[in-house]
Amino acid sequence: MQDFFFSITWLVPVFPFLAFLIIILFTQNNNKLSHSLSIGSMVLSWLVGWGVVFSAIATPHLGEHPIHFSVPWFPTGTTNFEIGFSIDPLMAVTLFMVPFVCLMIFIYSVGYMGYGTDEVDPRYARFFAYIALFATGMLGLVISENLLTLFMSWEIMGLCSYLLIGFWFEKNYEDPNKITPRQAGLKAFLVTKVGDLFLMLGLIYLFVESGSLSYADTLFNHEFLAELAHTPALPIFGGWSAASAIAALIFGGTVGKSAQFPLHVWLPDAMEGPTPVSALIHAATMVSAGVFLVARIFPLLSVVVELEHHNPTMGLIAFIGAFTAIFSSLIAITQNDIKGVLAFSTISQLGYMIAALGIGAYVAATFHLITHAFFKALLFMGSGSVIVGCHHEQNMMEMGGLKEKMPRTFWTFVAGGFALSGFPIITAGFWSKDEILAHAWHEFMNEGVMSWPFFVWLLLTIAAFLTAFYTARQISLTFLGKPRGHHAEHAHESPNTMTIPLIILAFFAVTLGFVGIPEEIIGYGNNWFHNFIGHEYPATPLSLPVMLLSSGLAVGGLGIGWLVYGRNPLLQGEMDPLESGMKKIRLGWLYEAMRNKFYFDELYQATFIKGSVKLADIFYNFDYHWVIDPFINLVARISRGISDLMNQFDEKIVDRLVNLTGLSGIRLSDLGGITDNKVVDGLVNGIADVTGWVGENVLRPIQTGKVQNYLLILLISMLAIIGIYLVY
Amino acid sequence: MTIPINWYLLVAAALFCIGLYGVLSRRNAIGILMGIELMLNAVNINLIAFWRYMDQVRLTGQIFAIFVFTVAAAEVAVGLALVIAIYRNRATIIVEEIDLLKE
Repeated sequence: MQDFFFSITWLVPVFPFLAFLIIILFTQNNNKLSHSLSIGSMVLSWLVGWGVVFSAIATPHLGEHPIHFSVPWFPTGTTNFEIGFSIDPLMAVTLFMVPFVCLMIFIYSVGYMGYGTDEVDPRYARFFAYIALFATGMLGLVISENLLTLFMSWEIMGLCSYLLIGFWFEKNYEDPNKITPRQAGLKAFLVTKVGDLFLMLGLIYLFVESGSLSYADTLFNHEFLAELAHTPALPIFGGWSAASAIAALIFGGTVGKSAQFPLHVWLPDAMEGPTPVSALIHAATMVSAGVFLVARIFPLLSVVVELEHHNPTMGLIAFIGAFTAIFSSLIAITQNDIKGVLAFSTISQLGYMIAALGIGAYVAATFHLITHAFFKALLFMGSGSVIVGCHHEQNMMEMGGLKEKMPRTFWTFVAGGFALSGFPIITAGFWSKDEILAHAWHEFMNEGVMSWPFFVWLLLTIAAFLTAFYTARQISLTFLGKPRGHHAEHAHESPNTMTIPLIILAFFAVTLGFVGIPEEIIGYGNNWFHNFIGHEYPATPLSLPVMLLSSGLAVGGLGIGWLVYGRNPLLQGEMDPLESGMKKIRLGWLYEAMRNKFYFDELYQATFIKGSVKLADIFYNFDYHWVIDPFINLVARISRGISDLMNQFDEKIVDRLVNLTGLSGIRLSDLGGITDNKVVDGLVNGIADVTGWVGENVLRPIQTGKVQNYLLILLISMLAIIGIYLVY
Repeated sequence: MTIPINWYLLVAAALFCIGLYGVLSRRNAIGILMGIELMLNAVNINLIAFWRYMDQVRLTGQIFAIFVFTVAAAEVAVGLALVIAIYRNRATIIVEEIDLLKE
């Protein structure tokens, strides 16, 4: 049974791809058939995927002996590229999450895109084709056996994110500063491309060093990794080892895809896409792919630590992750767009995972990746349900009082929100986030206060508090109190296709954490998740202070949030208490900065975009006004001058020469004519005359015509010849 | 005592000269033909004489003489036919009047 599932692993991404092809080519006009195909393919992927996952779980020692299966793909030079899949614990846990969450999102999309109502989306079928292709990309990335197919899947997702974020491309807003879906799609595509470029450089570098991109030859080949850790990198990386340099370049791809500082700007704007897409991109698949990639190349990072006890790349990763976590949670507490809060929350949680990987907490990061995917998908879909219920109103200031109107959405949203905050014991987010914090604590206890694990721990702990606070704010503003806008007054609960996936995901958001409860609590050897995925890494020791602190912060953050927003719910037109409070203590500027996302969009607008435009302008001028065109004109003018000169030369000299030649020809032929007439003709005539004369006067008399004369001559001649013969 | 070859050769030479003279001096075309016959027969005498005195084993001389007879007979036949043809055209066989080669 296990072998059967392992042998058909490759089908997992094939199903949604086929669905994509069929929908895009044949069934675009049939909404029902299209979404059935899309969801059906996802069900198949899910069944096969979970078959593989549970087979993998049942396989002993999978971590030490991952399964690789490859077939030759295309040969290039001396390298034969292969295509295939690998089954290892990381792949298995990710494959547990991806098809299932995708399936939930697909089902949810049926309701969200208005199937069966008057408001059904005009490109409904195409939407399902795109999300199927998106799932293809993510599933292909998860199962792929080498970094080349991983990169291809990665780029498929990049394309789909562009198509889906800009799905409502015809939308325009009155406010010219508000980003439109088509701009947002372009922005997401271009910003992530910056990261992808680094990723590609990293892959090329790795390929140059190893001559292969398959996991078996590179990432799972410990001897090769050790050799790579001892190889000095290219000079531009300073004294780094090649392993660190490659990991840093590949991490560049993650920075783009997982929206880490400084390439985080695309993700909040990506909320312009339909909400299922937000759930798909920003919870289950695309941003997870970035974390998955770093987890994938984790052997490349850990080998350097193993040998050198220090890895600059991991410091970089940890710093970027921790900074992103605190930075975006600060922004999140001031956002009024219900999806905007979640967008920054996603960036922040991804920062947690990245920081965890940076401090070596591989297991904790993976754990958080999985739990986060479930509860963040839940939150996005919950917010989508709210948005549909409020007739596409997204401003939380216009909401309120939805608790009674949308009970299912409310309770599932609370479950997701508490998981995000890390509410103690009963939520998945608590166990995974706590493991990250505990690991950071453990590291900084080992290394002392003035070390980067300390800063990572500090930043993440503050971020944990902020997370709880903005979650409470969001829940309070959206669901509690009285409606502050007419959309909220007329809100209605969403259809079952939307709420049932919410309930299923809420179940996982609560219970999934129990697979990774620390060993100290439930007895040694029982932390199933750690045993399965991270047997080669030591378990993070339980730290009671950290657990208490993070519990306290989560509960405290939620409590303070409730005190500020929930106890006395906002009335219509009332100012955000946070804003008024911060203004009171002269921190209004900070609030404004947070509100405006620390002006990063403006900064990038002023530097990169203006810079690009300016550069383009310079190139334009260089081309048209300064150098190239004038140069070409100069060349043209010189050429024209030369041709004028040539013309003159032609007319004055060559023509005359030619005429002269002609004239001389005529003269010469005249001369020839004379010669011919006088000399040649004369000679010929002369010969003729002489011959005539000789004939007339010499030969004719001899020819008497008389036979006897001839005979006589013959005789005389004979006698003469005989005479001569006799004499000599 | 045999007759030396010189005698034969002298007879043949005399005969040849008579024939030659006849050819060069006779005005009558038939006379010229007769002269030619004499010359040919002079040659025949020579051939037989040389055969008899020099090489009797091979019959070349005799055979050559027989060839000459044959040719002479053919020559006279053609020559006389020509003479008759000319006579019919021009009613004369005087060679000085037949200077057609001059034309």
